[in-house]
Amino acid sequence: MTVHNLYIFDRNGACLHYSEWNRKKQAGISKQEEFKLMYGMLFSIRSFVSKMSPLDMREGFQCFQTSRYKLHFYETPTGLKFIMNTDLSVPNARETLHQIYSTLYVDYIVKNPLCSLGDPLQSDLFSARLDTFIKNLPYFNPRAA
Amino acid sequence: MSRQSNRTTDNKKMNSELFTLTYGALVTQLCKDYENDEEVNKQLDKMGYNIGVRLIEDFLARSSVGRCQDFRETADVIAKVAFKMYLGVTPSVTNWSPAGDEFSLVLESNPLVDFVELPDNHNVLIYSNLLCGVLRGALEMVQMAVDVRFAQDTLRGDNVTEIRMKFIKRIEENLPYHIRFF
Repeated sequence: MTVHNLYIFDRNGACLHYSEWNRKKQAGISKQEEFKLMYGMLFSIRSFVSKMSPLDMREGFQCFQTSRYKLHFYETPTGLKFIMNTDLSVPNARETLHQIYSTLYVDYIVKNPLCSLGDPLQSDLFSARLDTFIKNLPYFNPRAA
Repeated sequence: MSRQSNRTTDNKKMNSELFTLTYGALVTQLCKDYENDEEVNKQLDKMGYNIGVRLIEDFLARSSVGRCQDFRETADVIAKVAFKMYLGVTPSVTNWSPAGDEFSLVLESNPLVDFVELPDNHNVLIYSNLLCGVLRGALEMVQMAVDVRFAQDTLRGDNVTEIRMKFIKRIEENLPYHIRFF
């Protein structure tokens, strides 16, 4: 069980934060390209999912998985997007992503008047707390990866 | 607002007099800094807006309220959850327009004006205009453009304080230009 990496995007598609833990393979493109690719995919899949939905939809797109990894997606009503890649054994991580939003992002970024919203996050405090938070997750265990 | 680790038991009280007086000091300073009251109103609205765009995140994190289905639900959440959470009062939602795009929040008591009496030379001042900005900023972040203004104010001799809110449009999300052609 493990966590590979985490992206945070704002409502305009800017990548506010990226960190990785047990990522064994890089995409082979620059980080900027990778963020664009990720955001573009999410944007399309989200609108696809809501357009194609045969039922009235509340939550929408939540996650997808391949044979090797699972991508968890959580979006706040304000349009912030939290994306976490984990291995397949991790169950629903929406609650975890919501916690990152409500206890870390809101407390250390939104309530810090010196952090301007919409720019890449530069708070070391936030990064450190996030790192601790992820490493303390029950399913963060690099040895088993 | 300070950091709390445990959100669910977050009942920390703040001295409401201190809050009221701090707001009063802010308005007083603005009145000193700007020549006319209209400019002060504008500044209050702007400050409120900047508060609103951040406050909405705190609100969503604390209240676990999801996206509202229509404007009526939004009105209820604002009155029953948001005002209660941040100002400790629950305004009533009334005076719906027939089209359902406009309503009033009527406050029996406005905690911002507890010790306030407007002097005669400030009859244009909308003392609590910050609230309009907060509401506008917060709703803008959840893709709703609204127009917010004071319709009645106890400071100007009305019986109640009435905030009028008008829905303008949904702000559509577009894929940013730089990403569309990756």
